Amino acid sequence: MVVTGLRAWLVQRASAVYLLCYIVFVLVHILLDPPTSYRAWREWASHPGVGIASAVFFAALLAHMWVGLRDVIIDYVHPIAVRATVLALLALGLTGIGAWVLRILWLSIG
Amino acid sequence: MQRPVFFNLLQIQMPVGALTSITHRITGVILALGILPGVYFLDRSLQSPEAYTWVAGLAATPWFRATAIIFIWALAHHALAGIRHLLSDIDIGSLLPAARRSAWIVNISGVAVALLAAVALF
Repeated sequence: MVVTGLRAWLVQRASAVYLLCYIVFVLVHILLDPPTSYRAWREWASHPGVGIASAVFFAALLAHMWVGLRDVIIDYVHPIAVRATVLALLALGLTGIGAWVLRILWLSIG
Repeated sequence: MQRPVFFNLLQIQMPVGALTSITHRITGVILALGILPGVYFLDRSLQSPEAYTWVAGLAATPWFRATAIIFIWALAHHALAGIRHLLSDIDIGSLLPAARRSAWIVNISGVAVALLAAVALF
């Protein structure tokens, strides 16, 4: 997916707002009702609402990381071949993390 | 035409907003580096009671907590600088005096959050 200009700007901001809301939500939960046992932690993580919110969080996070790191790479890596390689590795890495997270969230409800 | 380029950030006299901006970028990269270990610990913590206990034990060690404080600072600065950007997008605080003031607030608050976390964790 090519995300340039206005689209990238919008993706970065929309994802930022969601990331912020989710982080505040998790922080408040951890401060008010810290999960002190495996059972409690797992039960909370496998709650459908939390699971969906977490899946959306990681989707937003990966999109946010793609736009942000891509900007950094384009700014500092100039030779086109190296830049393309680094960007491809980044895309591959982020896709891998996405698959890993899906597996974690899927197994946690099982 | 070849323009003169001078990007040595250590030698450029940076206004406070520039410091907020470059730190926003650096903290973004730091946070990105934290994703892999972060997802790993999340994975382990949900696998089994034994793995959960292992992660909890690790999280209680001083070196883990010291590292956590760096990430807490990075997250606090990155989030606050991000909020400053979002407000600036809707024309809140985009004029120079207000932008300077909010840049100071972001830089100092990020460190303050890290100090609070350090007090809470140690």
